[in-house]
Amino acid sequence: MLRFANALGHRRFQVAANRRSCAGPSARDIPILERRGNRPKGLRLLLTKLRPLVFIAVLLLLWQIAAGRQTVHVLPSPLETLAGIIDLARQGLLLKYAVASLFRVTWGFISASVLAIPMGLTIGWYRRAEMAFNPLIQILRPISPLAWIPIAILWFGVGDIAAIFLIFISCLFPLLLTAINAVQGIPAVYMNAGRNFGLSPAAIIYRVLYPAVMPQLITGLRITLGLAWLVVVAAEMIAVNSGLGFLIIDARNAGNRYDLVVAGMVVIAVIGLLLDLLMRSLAAAKSLRWGVVTED
Amino acid sequence: MAIRETKLSAEHITMAFQRDGKTTPVLNDISLDVAQGEFLCIVGPSGCGKSTLLSAMAGFLSPASGEIRIDGQVVTGPDPRRIFVFQERGVFPWLTVEGNIEFGLFALARGERQRRITHYIKMVGLTGFERAYPAELSGGMKQRLEVARALAVNPDMLLLDEPFGALDSITRLTMRSELLRIWEAEGNTVVFVTHDIDEAVQLADRVVVLSDRPAKIQQIVKVDIAHPRDISSARYLELRNGIFEQLGLAHTI
Repeated sequence: MLRFANALGHRRFQVAANRRSCAGPSARDIPILERRGNRPKGLRLLLTKLRPLVFIAVLLLLWQIAAGRQTVHVLPSPLETLAGIIDLARQGLLLKYAVASLFRVTWGFISASVLAIPMGLTIGWYRRAEMAFNPLIQILRPISPLAWIPIAILWFGVGDIAAIFLIFISCLFPLLLTAINAVQGIPAVYMNAGRNFGLSPAAIIYRVLYPAVMPQLITGLRITLGLAWLVVVAAEMIAVNSGLGFLIIDARNAGNRYDLVVAGMVVIAVIGLLLDLLMRSLAAAKSLRWGVVTED
Repeated sequence: MAIRETKLSAEHITMAFQRDGKTTPVLNDISLDVAQGEFLCIVGPSGCGKSTLLSAMAGFLSPASGEIRIDGQVVTGPDPRRIFVFQERGVFPWLTVEGNIEFGLFALARGERQRRITHYIKMVGLTGFERAYPAELSGGMKQRLEVARALAVNPDMLLLDEPFGALDSITRLTMRSELLRIWEAEGNTVVFVTHDIDEAVQLADRVVVLSDRPAKIQQIVKVDIAHPRDISSARYLELRNGIFEQLGLAHTI
């Protein structure tokens, strides 16, 4: 986009492009403006880019120093944690448990999406359906997914299915509400325009409703996947004997190995971050998100 | 103006809105004929029901009593032969400029579709922006895009609901003359709702003045000035001031 504006050499267009960047949902657009106005070069640019990493490094250093000076051992140091991660990787547990957790999140998330999105879109579309379903959704929604753990174990036993069920339950209501709101939020002008040009009801769904709800659905999916990743850890502490959540609780129960506890936390953070980046890249796809400027 | 066929006739239109169990009458016995190829403006106080009347003409709403006929047929729903132009809010943000214009052309062959897209992009001055998304366009450009999308399906009628209301005053003036140029080239019948009396007198063959809600037709003013109109001419000012007085507005501030 920006390249296009430059090629045109069109002053006004460039202004429009700037404004677009500011209004865009991606905070990553903003540094571009700064760079164009007052382009930091060489070392300064490098320092700007490294700033967050430097900050984390300083915190790690402080943590290391503080951990070394503690009289009662309440927290493992970063180096101990790193050793814990290496230890887990050597035993093959790191990969095995990460895959186990991701497996549960994937199936719970996908099954909830497949059910909740079409259902939510339908409920949102028909006012009567919304009036019928809304009270039920509002009653079930405030129940923490963790409160379902005993029921899940009763129904499915200790194992993958129970954990997947818990992820499913935790994703179901946020996704339902996202889909309902997305349909109800479609401006009437889009629907009227679709009808005005003589589209069949099926074509209105495919050419107006579907693209109109997409950005909101993608945002909802991204937030819900983050939630699923939070819930799986708790579910695995009780309902199964593998996974990153189990790793954490097991490391504590089996000998107060807090280095492994924190190692598990770090691995959870890294995978959670990667999942979010994956969803963000999906959200940036031009055909799904209305013409938001991508950096290329 | 030669005697022309009647394109649209509204007969004793009455409409009301239901809200919280209360009925608010909006239109009170509106009867109106629009000639083939005419440019008709509807003005009136804000909230008087101008847009409601236009929505009924488009077939989005049906009148409580009375009938609207277009080419002798009673309007029962929206139809691609009469396209409603919202303020620029109506363009689809998920489609490019080309994609928006192509939206209503699904029944046409590929070559004809492409021909119309090129033609109307040129007509509204969006050449160079074919692949741009609405978010990258200014308000005036979005408005022109919506007009192009409407014209591309060759409608007999354009129904415009305060189309330039959200634009700045300079863009609004340019858009008025562009709309007149397009109307003269295409020969569509235009019904144009506005709250801007100057705009109405500058554009219209006839100006329909509605009263406060429930709206009745107060007056229909024939604007007998040829285009391009001199907006400082005595006749222009006379017509304009007449409408201001009709609406009970003094023309001094």
